[in-house]
Amino acid sequence: MLRNVSKRYGKRTVLHIDRLTIHAGRTLAILGPSGAGKSTLLRLLNFLETPDTGQIEYDGRLIVHGRLPLTTLREVTTVFQRPLLLDTTVWQNVAYGLRLRGRVEREAVVAALQQVGLDRLDRVSARILSGGEAQRVALARALVIKPRVLLLDEPTANLDPANVTIIEEVIQRLRREGTTIVIVTHHLFQARRLADDVALLMDGALIEAGSGEQIFQQPRDPRTAAFIEGRMVY
Amino acid sequence: MNDLLEVLRQAITLLLERDSATWEITRLSLYVSGAALGLSTVAGLPLGALLALRSFRGRRLLVALIYTGMGLPPVAVGLCVYLLLSRSGPLGDLEWLFTPQAMILAQTIISLPVVAGLTMTSIQGADPALRVQLRALGASPLQVTMALLWEVRSGVLVALIAGFGAIISEVGAVMLVGGNIAGSTRVLTTAIVLETRKGQFDLALALTFVLLALTFAINMGTLLLQQRLTRR
Ligand SMILES: Nc1ncnc2c1ncn2[C@@H]1O[C@H](COP(=O)(O)OP(=O)(O)OP(=O)(O)O)[C@@H](O)[C@H]1O
Ligand SMILES: [Mg+2]
Repeated sequence: MLRNVSKRYGKRTVLHIDRLTIHAGRTLAILGPSGAGKSTLLRLLNFLETPDTGQIEYDGRLIVHGRLPLTTLREVTTVFQRPLLLDTTVWQNVAYGLRLRGRVEREAVVAALQQVGLDRLDRVSARILSGGEAQRVALARALVIKPRVLLLDEPTANLDPANVTIIEEVIQRLRREGTTIVIVTHHLFQARRLADDVALLMDGALIEAGSGEQIFQQPRDPRTAAFIEGRMVY
Repeated sequence: MNDLLEVLRQAITLLLERDSATWEITRLSLYVSGAALGLSTVAGLPLGALLALRSFRGRRLLVALIYTGMGLPPVAVGLCVYLLLSRSGPLGDLEWLFTPQAMILAQTIISLPVVAGLTMTSIQGADPALRVQLRALGASPLQVTMALLWEVRSGVLVALIAGFGAIISEVGAVMLVGGNIAGSTRVLTTAIVLETRKGQFDLALALTFVLLALTFAINMGTLLLQQRLTRR
Protein backbone atom coordinates (compact mmCIF):
# COMPACT_ATOMS: atom_id res chain seq x y z
CA MET A 1 0.00 0.00 0.00
CA LEU A 2 1.25 3.43 -0.94
CA ARG A 3 0.22 6.58 0.89
CA ASN A 4 1.02 10.09 -0.36
CA VAL A 5 4.06 8.77 -2.11
CA SER A 6 5.95 11.08 -4.39
CA LYS A 7 9.20 10.92 -6.28
CA ARG A 8 11.24 13.80 -7.61
CA TYR A 9 14.16 13.83 -9.98
CA GLY A 10 15.91 17.12 -9.49
CA LYS A 11 13.15 19.67 -9.15
CA ARG A 12 10.63 17.72 -11.17
CA THR A 13 8.06 15.63 -9.39
CA VAL A 14 7.54 12.70 -11.73
CA LEU A 15 5.19 10.73 -9.52
CA HIS A 16 2.65 11.61 -6.89
CA ILE A 17 0.24 9.01 -5.65
CA ASP A 18 -2.22 9.78 -2.86
CA ARG A 19 -3.19 6.23 -2.24
CA LEU A 20 -2.80 2.95 -4.04
CA THR A 21 -3.39 -0.49 -2.65
CA ILE A 22 -1.96 -3.54 -4.30
CA HIS A 23 -3.88 -6.59 -3.20
CA ALA A 24 -1.98 -9.71 -2.32
CA GLY A 25 -2.55 -12.58 -4.69
CA ARG A 26 -4.10 -10.38 -7.37
CA THR A 27 -2.80 -8.99 -10.62
CA LEU A 28 -2.75 -5.25 -11.15
CA ALA A 29 -2.25 -3.74 -14.59
CA ILE A 30 -0.82 -0.26 -14.74
CA LEU A 31 -1.78 1.68 -17.82
CA GLY A 32 -0.69 5.10 -18.90
CA PRO A 33 1.04 7.08 -21.58
CA SER A 34 4.77 7.16 -22.01
CA GLY A 35 6.55 9.15 -19.34
CA ALA A 36 3.64 8.84 -16.93
CA GLY A 37 5.86 7.43 -14.23
CA LYS A 38 5.00 3.76 -14.53
CA SER A 39 8.57 2.48 -14.38
CA THR A 40 9.30 4.87 -11.53
CA LEU A 41 6.37 3.41 -9.61
CA LEU A 42 7.72 -0.11 -10.09
CA ARG A 43 11.14 0.93 -8.79
CA LEU A 44 9.48 2.29 -5.67
CA LEU A 45 7.47 -0.90 -5.26
CA ASN A 46 10.65 -2.97 -5.47
CA PHE A 47 12.26 -0.73 -2.82
CA LEU A 48 14.93 0.27 -5.31
CA GLU A 49 14.40 3.95 -4.77
CA THR A 50 13.45 6.04 -1.79
CA PRO A 51 10.28 8.08 -2.10
CA ASP A 52 10.74 11.78 -1.38
CA THR A 53 7.52 11.92 0.58
CA GLY A 54 4.93 9.49 1.84
CA GLN A 55 5.01 5.94 3.01
CA ILE A 56 5.12 2.53 1.52
CA GLU A 57 3.62 -0.25 3.54
CA TYR A 58 4.42 -3.81 2.62
CA ASP A 59 2.62 -6.74 4.18
CA GLY A 60 1.43 -4.48 7.01
CA ARG A 61 4.92 -3.19 7.75
CA LEU A 62 6.20 0.27 7.04
CA ILE A 63 9.20 0.25 4.75
CA VAL A 64 12.11 2.22 6.14
CA HIS A 65 14.64 2.73 3.41
CA GLY A 66 18.21 2.11 4.40
CA ARG A 67 16.93 -0.38 6.94
CA LEU A 68 15.20 -2.70 4.57
CA PRO A 69 15.75 -6.32 5.55
CA LEU A 70 17.28 -8.37 2.75
CA THR A 71 14.57 -10.98 3.30
CA THR A 72 11.90 -8.41 2.44
CA LEU A 73 13.78 -7.20 -0.61
CA ARG A 74 14.06 -10.79 -1.74
CA GLU A 75 10.31 -11.36 -1.73
CA VAL A 76 9.86 -8.86 -4.56
CA THR A 77 11.50 -8.78 -7.96
CA THR A 78 11.15 -6.91 -11.22
CA VAL A 79 11.48 -7.82 -14.87
CA PHE A 80 12.59 -4.52 -16.29
CA GLN A 81 11.51 -2.83 -19.47
CA ARG A 82 14.98 -3.32 -20.92
CA PRO A 83 16.33 -6.78 -20.11
CA LEU A 84 19.86 -6.53 -18.76
CA LEU A 85 21.62 -9.83 -18.52
CA LEU A 86 24.95 -10.70 -16.98
CA ASP A 87 27.84 -11.39 -19.31
CA THR A 88 27.75 -15.15 -18.86
CA THR A 89 25.64 -18.10 -19.99
CA VAL A 90 21.87 -18.20 -20.05
CA TRP A 91 22.01 -20.86 -17.38
CA GLN A 92 24.12 -18.75 -15.04
CA ASN A 93 21.84 -15.80 -15.59
CA VAL A 94 18.79 -17.77 -14.56
CA ALA A 95 20.60 -19.37 -11.63
CA TYR A 96 21.86 -16.01 -10.35
CA GLY A 97 18.95 -15.22 -8.03
CA LEU A 98 19.22 -18.65 -6.45
CA ARG A 99 22.99 -18.32 -6.05
CA LEU A 100 22.46 -15.06 -4.19
CA ARG A 101 20.23 -16.92 -1.79
CA GLY A 102 22.76 -19.69 -1.42
CA ARG A 103 20.71 -22.42 -3.02
CA VAL A 104 21.19 -23.42 -6.63
CA GLU A 105 18.63 -26.04 -7.52
CA ARG A 106 19.29 -27.51 -10.93
CA GLU A 107 15.72 -28.61 -11.39
CA ALA A 108 14.38 -25.16 -10.58
CA VAL A 109 16.60 -23.58 -13.20
CA VAL A 110 15.63 -26.17 -15.79
CA ALA A 111 11.95 -25.70 -14.98
CA ALA A 112 12.16 -21.94 -15.30
CA LEU A 113 13.95 -22.23 -18.63
CA GLN A 114 11.37 -24.72 -19.85
CA GLN A 115 8.52 -22.43 -18.92
CA VAL A 116 9.87 -19.76 -21.24
CA GLY A 117 10.87 -22.30 -23.89
CA LEU A 118 14.60 -21.72 -23.66
CA ASP A 119 15.86 -24.92 -22.06
CA ARG A 120 17.84 -25.70 -25.18
CA LEU A 121 19.77 -22.46 -25.07
CA ASP A 122 20.96 -22.89 -21.49
CA ARG A 123 24.66 -23.04 -22.34
CA VAL A 124 24.66 -20.20 -24.80
CA SER A 125 26.18 -16.83 -23.94
CA ALA A 126 23.59 -14.25 -22.98
CA ARG A 127 25.41 -11.81 -25.25
CA ILE A 128 24.22 -13.43 -28.47
CA LEU A 129 20.52 -13.65 -27.62
CA SER A 130 17.85 -11.94 -29.67
CA GLY A 131 15.66 -9.32 -28.00
CA GLY A 132 12.79 -11.74 -27.47
CA GLU A 133 15.06 -14.44 -26.08
CA ALA A 134 16.73 -11.99 -23.71
CA GLN A 135 13.32 -10.82 -22.51
CA ARG A 136 12.35 -14.43 -21.80
CA VAL A 137 15.62 -15.12 -19.96
CA ALA A 138 14.90 -12.06 -17.82
CA LEU A 139 11.49 -13.51 -17.01
CA ALA A 140 12.93 -16.96 -16.22
CA ARG A 141 15.50 -15.33 -13.96
CA ALA A 142 12.67 -13.77 -11.97
CA LEU A 143 10.48 -16.90 -11.97
CA VAL A 144 13.17 -19.12 -10.56
CA ILE A 145 13.27 -17.28 -7.25
CA LYS A 146 9.52 -17.73 -6.79
CA PRO A 147 8.84 -14.17 -5.67
CA ARG A 148 5.78 -13.29 -3.63
CA VAL A 149 5.45 -10.13 -5.67
CA LEU A 150 6.44 -9.97 -9.32
CA LEU A 151 6.70 -6.62 -11.05
CA LEU A 152 6.67 -6.68 -14.84
CA ASP A 153 7.56 -3.59 -16.85
CA GLU A 154 6.14 -3.97 -20.35
CA PRO A 155 7.24 -7.61 -20.53
CA THR A 156 5.91 -8.08 -24.04
CA ALA A 157 6.80 -4.78 -25.66
CA ASN A 158 8.50 -5.26 -29.04
CA LEU A 159 7.87 -9.00 -29.10
CA ASP A 160 6.30 -11.13 -31.79
CA PRO A 161 2.95 -12.85 -31.11
CA ALA A 162 4.57 -16.19 -30.34
CA ASN A 163 6.76 -14.67 -27.64
CA VAL A 164 3.82 -12.68 -26.28
CA THR A 165 1.85 -15.89 -25.92
CA ILE A 166 4.67 -17.67 -24.09
CA ILE A 167 5.06 -14.82 -21.64
CA GLU A 168 1.35 -14.38 -21.07
CA GLU A 169 0.98 -18.08 -20.35
CA VAL A 170 3.66 -17.85 -17.71
CA ILE A 171 1.92 -14.87 -16.14
CA GLN A 172 -1.40 -16.72 -16.12
CA ARG A 173 0.20 -19.68 -14.38
CA LEU A 174 1.74 -17.43 -11.72
CA ARG A 175 -1.66 -15.80 -11.22
CA ARG A 176 -3.26 -19.15 -10.59
CA GLU A 177 -0.49 -19.97 -8.14
CA GLY A 178 -1.29 -16.85 -6.17
CA THR A 179 1.66 -14.63 -6.96
CA THR A 180 0.96 -10.94 -6.56
CA ILE A 181 1.66 -9.38 -9.94
CA VAL A 182 1.94 -5.79 -11.11
CA ILE A 183 2.22 -5.48 -14.85
CA VAL A 184 2.88 -2.29 -16.76
CA THR A 185 1.47 -2.48 -20.25
CA HIS A 186 0.39 -0.36 -23.16
CA HIS A 187 -1.99 -3.00 -24.42
CA LEU A 188 -5.53 -2.63 -23.18
CA PHE A 189 -6.38 -6.11 -24.33
CA GLN A 190 -3.45 -7.54 -22.45
CA ALA A 191 -4.65 -5.76 -19.32
CA ARG A 192 -8.09 -7.25 -19.83
CA ARG A 193 -6.69 -10.72 -20.37
CA LEU A 194 -4.31 -10.74 -17.47
CA ALA A 195 -5.40 -8.35 -14.75
CA ASP A 196 -7.86 -8.41 -11.89
CA ASP A 197 -7.33 -4.74 -11.14
CA VAL A 198 -6.37 -1.80 -13.29
CA ALA A 199 -4.77 1.54 -12.49
CA LEU A 200 -4.30 4.46 -14.83
CA LEU A 201 -1.34 6.80 -14.44
CA MET A 202 -0.97 10.10 -16.24
CA ASP A 203 1.67 12.74 -15.72
CA GLY A 204 2.75 11.09 -12.51
CA ALA A 205 -0.71 11.12 -11.00
CA LEU A 206 -3.02 8.21 -10.33
CA ILE A 207 -6.14 8.95 -12.33
CA GLU A 208 -8.19 5.96 -11.38
CA ALA A 209 -7.78 2.53 -9.88
CA GLY A 210 -10.26 -0.25 -9.50
CA SER A 211 -11.24 -3.70 -10.60
CA GLY A 212 -10.81 -4.45 -14.28
CA GLU A 213 -14.56 -4.72 -14.81
CA GLN A 214 -15.24 -1.39 -13.22
CA ILE A 215 -12.50 0.45 -15.08
CA PHE A 216 -13.36 -0.98 -18.46
CA GLN A 217 -17.15 -0.86 -18.12
CA GLN A 218 -17.85 2.11 -15.88
CA PRO A 219 -14.84 4.37 -15.73
CA ARG A 220 -15.46 7.22 -13.28
CA ASP A 221 -12.91 9.62 -14.66
CA PRO A 222 -13.52 11.04 -18.13
CA ARG A 223 -9.80 10.68 -18.85
CA THR A 224 -10.00 6.97 -18.14
CA ALA A 225 -12.93 6.69 -20.50
CA ALA A 226 -11.02 8.55 -23.17
CA PHE A 227 -7.94 6.40 -22.61
CA ILE A 228 -9.71 3.06 -22.86
CA GLU A 229 -11.71 4.12 -25.86
CA GLY A 230 -8.49 5.00 -27.56
CA ARG A 231 -9.45 8.65 -27.92
CA MET A 232 -6.39 9.64 -25.96
CA VAL A 233 -3.54 10.35 -28.26
CA TYR A 234 -0.19 9.49 -26.78
CA MET B 1 71.93 -8.95 -34.43
CA ASN B 2 74.86 -11.03 -33.32
CA ASP B 3 75.16 -8.87 -30.26
CA LEU B 4 71.56 -9.50 -29.36
CA LEU B 5 71.98 -13.23 -29.74
CA GLU B 6 75.06 -13.03 -27.58
CA VAL B 7 73.07 -11.22 -24.88
CA LEU B 8 70.41 -13.86 -25.08
CA ARG B 9 72.95 -16.61 -24.76
CA GLN B 10 74.53 -14.89 -21.83
CA ALA B 11 71.20 -14.34 -20.13
CA ILE B 12 70.43 -18.03 -20.38
CA THR B 13 73.88 -18.97 -19.14
CA LEU B 14 73.42 -16.63 -16.20
CA LEU B 15 70.19 -18.26 -15.28
CA LEU B 16 71.58 -21.74 -15.72
CA GLU B 17 74.61 -21.12 -13.54
CA ARG B 18 73.64 -22.82 -10.35
CA ASP B 19 75.13 -20.43 -7.84
CA SER B 20 74.25 -17.44 -9.92
CA ALA B 21 72.85 -14.51 -8.05
CA THR B 22 70.49 -13.87 -10.94
CA TRP B 23 67.94 -16.36 -9.72
CA GLU B 24 67.99 -14.80 -6.31
CA ILE B 25 67.57 -11.33 -7.79
CA THR B 26 64.74 -12.43 -10.07
CA ARG B 27 63.02 -14.26 -7.27
CA LEU B 28 63.18 -11.19 -5.02
CA SER B 29 61.85 -8.96 -7.81
CA LEU B 30 58.87 -11.25 -8.21
CA TYR B 31 58.39 -11.60 -4.48
CA VAL B 32 58.47 -7.86 -3.76
CA SER B 33 56.34 -6.78 -6.69
CA GLY B 34 54.01 -9.76 -6.33
CA ALA B 35 53.40 -9.04 -2.66
CA ALA B 36 52.88 -5.35 -3.37
CA LEU B 37 50.39 -6.19 -6.12
CA GLY B 38 48.62 -8.63 -3.79
CA LEU B 39 48.22 -5.94 -1.15
CA SER B 40 47.14 -3.41 -3.77
CA THR B 41 44.53 -5.84 -5.04
CA VAL B 42 43.13 -6.63 -1.63
CA ALA B 43 42.80 -2.92 -0.86
CA GLY B 44 42.37 -1.52 -4.37
CA LEU B 45 39.41 -3.56 -5.65
CA PRO B 46 37.15 -2.69 -2.70
CA LEU B 47 38.37 0.90 -2.76
CA GLY B 48 37.74 1.24 -6.50
CA ALA B 49 34.30 -0.32 -6.12
CA LEU B 50 33.47 1.96 -3.20
CA LEU B 51 34.44 5.04 -5.17
CA ALA B 52 32.45 3.91 -8.19
CA LEU B 53 29.30 2.88 -6.36
CA ARG B 54 28.91 5.08 -3.28
CA SER B 55 28.75 8.77 -2.77
CA PHE B 56 30.13 10.04 0.49
CA ARG B 57 31.88 13.08 1.84
CA GLY B 58 35.44 13.39 0.67
CA ARG B 59 34.86 11.09 -2.28
CA ARG B 60 35.95 13.64 -4.83
CA LEU B 61 39.08 14.49 -2.89
CA LEU B 62 39.92 10.79 -2.67
CA VAL B 63 39.43 10.37 -6.42
CA ALA B 64 41.69 13.36 -7.08
CA LEU B 65 44.31 11.86 -4.79
CA ILE B 66 44.10 8.53 -6.58
CA TYR B 67 44.45 10.14 -9.98
CA THR B 68 47.49 12.00 -8.68
CA GLY B 69 48.83 8.77 -7.22
CA MET B 70 48.52 7.05 -10.58
CA GLY B 71 51.24 9.28 -11.94
CA LEU B 72 53.39 9.54 -8.85
CA PRO B 73 57.16 9.35 -9.53
CA PRO B 74 58.43 6.21 -7.80
CA VAL B 75 61.44 8.09 -6.50
CA ALA B 76 59.14 10.50 -4.67
CA VAL B 77 57.33 7.60 -3.03
CA GLY B 78 60.71 6.10 -2.19
CA LEU B 79 61.83 9.27 -0.49
CA CYS B 80 58.65 9.53 1.59
CA VAL B 81 58.82 5.91 2.66
CA TYR B 82 62.51 6.39 3.42
CA LEU B 83 61.75 9.29 5.73
CA LEU B 84 58.89 7.35 7.30
CA LEU B 85 61.08 4.34 8.04
CA SER B 86 64.37 6.05 8.87
CA ARG B 87 65.66 5.78 12.44
CA SER B 88 64.15 9.08 13.48
CA GLY B 89 61.02 8.66 11.34
CA PRO B 90 57.57 7.85 12.75
CA LEU B 91 57.86 4.19 11.77
CA GLY B 92 61.56 3.92 12.54
CA ASP B 93 60.95 1.39 15.30
CA LEU B 94 59.90 -1.19 12.73
CA GLU B 95 63.50 -1.29 11.47
CA TRP B 96 62.22 -1.94 7.98
CA LEU B 97 64.57 0.32 6.11
CA PHE B 98 66.79 -1.60 3.65
CA THR B 99 64.61 -4.72 3.92
CA PRO B 100 62.19 -6.28 1.43
CA GLN B 101 59.32 -5.11 3.66
CA ALA B 102 60.24 -1.51 2.98
CA MET B 103 60.32 -2.23 -0.75
CA ILE B 104 56.92 -3.92 -0.61
CA LEU B 105 55.50 -0.95 1.29
CA ALA B 106 56.83 1.54 -1.25
CA GLN B 107 55.63 -0.46 -4.24
CA THR B 108 52.21 -0.95 -2.68
CA ILE B 109 51.90 2.82 -2.43
CA ILE B 110 52.82 3.08 -6.11
CA SER B 111 50.47 0.39 -7.42
CA LEU B 112 47.47 0.89 -5.14
CA PRO B 113 46.23 4.07 -6.86
CA VAL B 114 46.64 2.43 -10.25
CA VAL B 115 44.63 -0.64 -9.25
CA ALA B 116 41.95 1.36 -7.40
CA GLY B 117 41.65 4.04 -10.07
CA LEU B 118 41.34 1.68 -13.02
CA THR B 119 38.94 -0.57 -11.10
CA MET B 120 36.80 2.46 -10.39
CA THR B 121 36.63 3.54 -14.02
CA SER B 122 35.89 -0.03 -15.14
CA ILE B 123 32.91 -0.26 -12.83
CA GLN B 124 31.73 3.19 -13.83
CA GLY B 125 31.77 1.97 -17.41
CA ALA B 126 29.20 -0.72 -16.65
CA ASP B 127 25.55 0.03 -17.33
CA PRO B 128 24.18 1.78 -14.21
CA ALA B 129 20.88 0.00 -14.72
CA LEU B 130 22.63 -3.29 -14.03
CA ARG B 131 23.11 -2.36 -10.38
CA VAL B 132 19.40 -1.76 -10.03
CA GLN B 133 18.69 -5.04 -11.78
CA LEU B 134 20.98 -7.01 -9.48
CA ARG B 135 19.45 -5.36 -6.45
CA ALA B 136 15.98 -6.27 -7.71
CA LEU B 137 17.07 -9.89 -7.93
CA GLY B 138 17.84 -9.73 -4.23
CA ALA B 139 21.56 -9.01 -4.16
CA SER B 140 23.02 -7.51 -1.00
CA PRO B 141 25.33 -4.52 -1.52
CA LEU B 142 28.33 -6.84 -1.26
CA GLN B 143 26.83 -9.23 -3.78
CA VAL B 144 26.13 -6.35 -6.15
CA THR B 145 29.77 -5.28 -5.88
CA MET B 146 31.06 -8.79 -6.51
CA ALA B 147 28.81 -9.28 -9.52
CA LEU B 148 29.86 -5.94 -11.00
CA LEU B 149 33.55 -6.71 -10.51
CA TRP B 150 32.99 -9.97 -12.31
CA GLU B 151 31.00 -8.25 -15.02
CA VAL B 152 33.90 -5.88 -15.75
CA ARG B 153 36.55 -8.54 -15.22
CA SER B 154 38.48 -7.52 -18.33
CA GLY B 155 38.93 -4.03 -16.94
CA VAL B 156 39.89 -5.36 -13.53
CA LEU B 157 42.54 -7.54 -15.14
CA VAL B 158 43.90 -4.50 -16.97
CA ALA B 159 43.99 -2.66 -13.63
CA LEU B 160 46.08 -5.46 -12.12
CA ILE B 161 48.41 -5.62 -15.11
CA ALA B 162 48.92 -1.88 -15.06
CA GLY B 163 49.55 -1.96 -11.32
CA PHE B 164 52.12 -4.70 -11.75
CA GLY B 165 53.75 -2.97 -14.70
CA ALA B 166 54.16 0.16 -12.64
CA ILE B 167 56.22 -1.63 -10.00
CA ILE B 168 58.11 -4.49 -11.62
CA SER B 169 59.94 -1.99 -13.82
CA GLU B 170 60.32 0.67 -11.15
CA VAL B 171 63.77 1.47 -9.82
CA GLY B 172 63.59 4.75 -7.89
CA ALA B 173 61.67 3.54 -4.87
CA VAL B 174 63.32 0.14 -4.39
CA MET B 175 66.73 1.72 -4.77
CA LEU B 176 66.08 4.28 -2.05
CA VAL B 177 64.32 2.15 0.54
CA GLY B 178 65.98 -1.17 -0.29
CA GLY B 179 69.51 0.04 -0.80
CA ASN B 180 70.38 -2.55 -3.48
CA ILE B 181 72.15 -4.79 -0.99
CA ALA B 182 73.47 -7.93 -2.62
CA GLY B 183 71.71 -11.04 -1.38
CA SER B 184 69.02 -9.18 0.52
CA THR B 185 67.44 -6.26 -1.31
CA ARG B 186 68.86 -6.38 -4.81
CA VAL B 187 66.21 -6.71 -7.49
CA LEU B 188 66.41 -6.78 -11.28
CA THR B 189 66.08 -3.07 -11.85
CA THR B 190 68.60 -2.02 -9.20
CA ALA B 191 71.02 -4.70 -10.38
CA ILE B 192 70.75 -3.36 -13.91
CA VAL B 193 71.59 0.14 -12.71
CA LEU B 194 74.56 -1.18 -10.75
CA GLU B 195 76.01 -3.28 -13.55
CA THR B 196 75.61 -0.44 -16.03
CA ARG B 197 77.47 1.90 -13.68
CA LYS B 198 80.23 -0.64 -13.32
CA GLY B 199 80.53 -0.81 -17.09
CA GLN B 200 79.35 -4.43 -17.14
CA PHE B 201 77.08 -3.85 -20.10
CA ASP B 202 76.78 -7.52 -21.02
CA LEU B 203 75.51 -8.39 -17.60
CA ALA B 204 73.23 -5.36 -17.52
CA LEU B 205 71.75 -6.34 -20.88
CA ALA B 206 71.28 -9.91 -19.79
CA LEU B 207 69.44 -8.80 -16.66
CA THR B 208 67.32 -6.46 -18.75
CA PHE B 209 66.47 -9.37 -20.97
CA VAL B 210 65.35 -11.39 -17.98
CA LEU B 211 63.17 -8.49 -16.82
CA LEU B 212 61.59 -8.08 -20.24
CA ALA B 213 61.03 -11.80 -20.67
CA LEU B 214 59.40 -11.91 -17.26
CA THR B 215 56.99 -9.06 -17.93
CA PHE B 216 56.23 -10.43 -21.36
CA ALA B 217 55.41 -13.86 -19.95
CA ILE B 218 53.18 -12.38 -17.29
CA ASN B 219 51.34 -10.15 -19.73
CA MET B 220 50.93 -12.99 -22.16
CA GLY B 221 49.53 -15.19 -19.42
CA THR B 222 47.08 -12.47 -18.43
CA LEU B 223 45.99 -11.99 -22.00
CA LEU B 224 45.23 -15.69 -22.30
CA LEU B 225 43.36 -15.56 -19.00
CA GLN B 226 41.39 -12.58 -20.21
CA GLN B 227 40.38 -14.41 -23.34
CA ARG B 228 39.27 -17.41 -21.35
CA LEU B 229 37.25 -15.29 -18.96
CA THR B 230 35.43 -13.41 -21.69
CA ARG B 231 35.01 -16.23 -24.13
CA ARG B 232 31.58 -17.36 -25.40
N1 LIG C 1 16.73 8.57 -13.05
C1 LIG C 1 15.98 9.58 -13.55
N2 LIG C 1 16.43 10.84 -13.53
C2 LIG C 1 15.69 11.85 -14.02
N3 LIG C 1 14.49 11.71 -14.55
C3 LIG C 1 13.98 10.48 -14.59
C4 LIG C 1 14.68 9.35 -14.11
N4 LIG C 1 13.92 8.25 -14.29
C5 LIG C 1 12.79 8.70 -14.87
N5 LIG C 1 12.81 10.02 -15.05
C6 LIG C 1 11.73 10.83 -15.63
O1 LIG C 1 10.55 10.50 -14.97
C7 LIG C 1 9.46 10.47 -15.88
C8 LIG C 1 8.73 9.16 -15.73
O2 LIG C 1 9.57 8.12 -16.20
P1 LIG C 1 9.14 6.60 -16.23
O3 LIG C 1 10.27 5.84 -16.77
O4 LIG C 1 8.62 6.21 -14.91
O5 LIG C 1 7.96 6.65 -17.30
P2 LIG C 1 7.11 5.44 -17.90
O6 LIG C 1 5.69 5.70 -17.53
O7 LIG C 1 7.67 4.15 -17.48
O8 LIG C 1 7.29 5.66 -19.46
P3 LIG C 1 7.41 4.57 -20.65
O9 LIG C 1 6.05 4.08 -20.94
O10 LIG C 1 7.95 5.35 -21.79
O11 LIG C 1 8.33 3.51 -20.18
C9 LIG C 1 10.02 10.69 -17.26
O12 LIG C 1 9.73 12.00 -17.66
C10 LIG C 1 11.51 10.50 -17.08
O13 LIG C 1 12.21 11.39 -17.91
MG1 LIG D 1 8.68 2.67 -18.44
